[in-house]
Amino acid sequence: MKRLAGLFWGLLFLAVPILGVVTFAVAPAYDIWLPKDVSEHGAAVDGLFYFILWLTGVVFVVTEVALFWFIWKYDANNKKAEVKYRHGSHVLEVVWTIVPAGVLLFLAIYQMNTWADVKMRRPNMAPTVEVIGRQFEWRLRYPGRDGVLGTPDDLHLVNDLHLPIDEDILIQLKSMDVLHSFFLPNVRIKQDAVPGMKIPVWFKAREEGVFDIVCAELCGWGHYKMKGRVTFESRESFEQWLEVKYQEQEATQASSTET
Amino acid sequence: MSTVETKVTSVQDAPEKQETHVHVQPSSARKLSTFLSTYVFSKDHKVIGLQFLFSTLLWFLIGGLLALAVRWQVAWPWSDVPVVGKLFAQQGGQMAPEFYTMLFTMHATVMIFLVIIPILAGAFGNFLIPLMIGADDMAFPTLNMLSYWFMWPAFIAFGASFFVEGGAASSGWTSYPTLATNVNSSPGAGWGQTLWLIGLTFVGVSSMLGSVNYMTTIILMRAPGMTMFRLPMTIWAMFITAVLQAFALPVLTAAGFMQLADRSLGTGFFTPEGNIVNNAIATAGGGQPLLWQHLFWFYSHPAVYIMILPAMGMVSDILTCFARKPLFGYRPMVYSVAGIAGLGFIVWGHHMFMSGMNPALGVTFMVSTMMIALPSAVKTFNWLGTIWGGRIQFTTSMLFALSFVSMFIIGGLSGIFMAATPVDIFIHDTYFIVAHFHYVLFAGTAMGVWAAIYFWFPKMFGRTMNEFWGKVHFFLTFIFLNGTFFTMHILGAVGFPRRLADAYHYETFHHLQPLNAFMTYCAIGMVASQIIFAVNFFWSMFYGPVAGRNPWNSNTLEWTAPSPPGHGNFDFQPIVHRGPYEYSVPGVETDHLMQTDPPNAAATAAAAAAH
Repeated sequence: MKRLAGLFWGLLFLAVPILGVVTFAVAPAYDIWLPKDVSEHGAAVDGLFYFILWLTGVVFVVTEVALFWFIWKYDANNKKAEVKYRHGSHVLEVVWTIVPAGVLLFLAIYQMNTWADVKMRRPNMAPTVEVIGRQFEWRLRYPGRDGVLGTPDDLHLVNDLHLPIDEDILIQLKSMDVLHSFFLPNVRIKQDAVPGMKIPVWFKAREEGVFDIVCAELCGWGHYKMKGRVTFESRESFEQWLEVKYQEQEATQASSTET
Repeated sequence: MSTVETKVTSVQDAPEKQETHVHVQPSSARKLSTFLSTYVFSKDHKVIGLQFLFSTLLWFLIGGLLALAVRWQVAWPWSDVPVVGKLFAQQGGQMAPEFYTMLFTMHATVMIFLVIIPILAGAFGNFLIPLMIGADDMAFPTLNMLSYWFMWPAFIAFGASFFVEGGAASSGWTSYPTLATNVNSSPGAGWGQTLWLIGLTFVGVSSMLGSVNYMTTIILMRAPGMTMFRLPMTIWAMFITAVLQAFALPVLTAAGFMQLADRSLGTGFFTPEGNIVNNAIATAGGGQPLLWQHLFWFYSHPAVYIMILPAMGMVSDILTCFARKPLFGYRPMVYSVAGIAGLGFIVWGHHMFMSGMNPALGVTFMVSTMMIALPSAVKTFNWLGTIWGGRIQFTTSMLFALSFVSMFIIGGLSGIFMAATPVDIFIHDTYFIVAHFHYVLFAGTAMGVWAAIYFWFPKMFGRTMNEFWGKVHFFLTFIFLNGTFFTMHILGAVGFPRRLADAYHYETFHHLQPLNAFMTYCAIGMVASQIIFAVNFFWSMFYGPVAGRNPWNSNTLEWTAPSPPGHGNFDFQPIVHRGPYEYSVPGVETDHLMQTDPPNAAATAAAAAAH
């Protein structure tokens, strides 16, 4: 029994990389994986995710297998050889400092461009829509016919965001009360909405479809239900929808002024 | 054993030292005050250490049960809570969403401020620092006593907040304004949040008192011959942790008072103008919610290292002892701890990539965050180098220490995903980060703490813990923790957000309930496994096999003292002749040379040859 201790514990530790890799390999088959991406920049984000996944995956497997190997091989109950009396190795220390440093520095520089595209290179245009977080709903404001936000003909809606595909979208993100976070899983967009700040968010959608808007920053007891929907559609149907909504708003406003 | 003879001669060397610490028998009239000063308001670092240990283990239980309640709601939202459901039945045994919000807030608060930080610095720092450097006590015993008793107002504030109107704090453990500052924003933002801030302040005072004490003690009270570079890694880690606390804590304390003022005096440091919460009247404001985040993370990011460095140090010592081998790369290990601490002060912004902070500033924080992965990698490689070519003894303590290394690799590597700003856009505030910090804090630190408890238990109580049940405890904890936390990675890959009472009404997440149920079963198993630990701990305290001074044949100074050590620790003056990791020195008949063993010609020759 005692002679097998090293093997037993070694195998327990070996199960970590094996089951770890299996978990990641099997998850996409059960749809427990990155949701469908319909944005233009999403491929770069996902590509970086996969790159880091492979990189860390290799390091993970190599180090965990080394750990298993040492546990098994250097078990005191089986081992005849002398203990290696070593206080370290200058060469090894230099190697395993320089190599990871190089890799990490490469990673740091490699990703800068994607980050700049998503968060720093703002398109020069007027906001397509203003999104305002409020406990526990997303208030939307379209500029209306004059194309300018903050005028009387603005279109006000809640939770039902429609946007045209294949063109730049600029959202002006605000919050009325507490922090929220505007999260579009299928567009690889997340941005906190901060009271007192107007934060620009931009992207370009490639495909039509209806997707979730999730609040990703704790905003109070109803945080879980602060759900919206975003519909990506062609320019024509988007404008038709805007017109319908605008007429609805006009009708209700007219009736409310009459009464 | 040669070491025993050394001790005997050393005892004769220093008889007057022993004299000074003989207890004066108390008269019956003074018995009560003696009892109080010995066991309650004790100034003995070992008693204070054990007080911290018992208090934090109790809170560990509470924090674990809070976690189970959180897991219940995530796995089976709005279903009747078993067993304790009637206790918090707002809606007939189900959880209200505001109750769920409070649960995860207090789970994190309890685990971070009342368990991890005080168990590492308070319990093990107190118990081990004087013993491992060869001092008879701390530099400031009264401050030390106060550092424990300042935890009690915090215990009371956090504990009582569960029972005030609106319940305990529910703005997350990060307490971001304006959710935390505006009393109209949520039920727990009333008295619960105020008590939370008061509790936090007292935890800070306690940590500060401890930190000043540890720094002074380690600098001034080392035994003759104990140079800084002969200190065990545990002490180096405790020392650097103390420095981190001393520099970072004032910022948190100030920020806490500012939030308290915002809430009670209407100062508006963190509230912008015209802020309307829950249809209440707009506030005057003039402040900035992001300011709190900067101040909070300026402390709380270094605090992440406060929560792991001491465990790293203790694990380094345990690995060398049970691999019967010198630590691989002692100086690189010291420098990497120092490197982590230094870089730890300039990475706080990586918590704020999505916060609305200037994205260009995010790039700076991204680069420094990538770089802080480097010293962690160096440490991991050196741990692997330490067990390579050793003679590994599979004690329970060693298994926990090995699992620390195994799990820290996962926690370290998953951090690189978050550090990459574009990837963080997607996984920020999802279960990917929940997986990451539980691998660092539970699978890392908590496993390191168990390694340390099994390792130093004989020194604390003079008896060893049961090895068989220790291994059963390890085996079950290891399996269940991976079942609970590894699956969180793939949950995060879907974008599953944290802190949602019920996410299944989203089209993106509706199919994830079975996976969450599996994780909750594992979490229940993980908490249940701790019953074995609790029974083993208390049974061994009274009935475990009696341990000698040095049951593990270890090298460091605490193992030359009696188990448990009396008041004043050592029955002779320890004199240090070498570093702490001289195991399996060629030409020496025992496989270890204690730091106090007299100079040995063979050892000197071997050390010279090895370099």
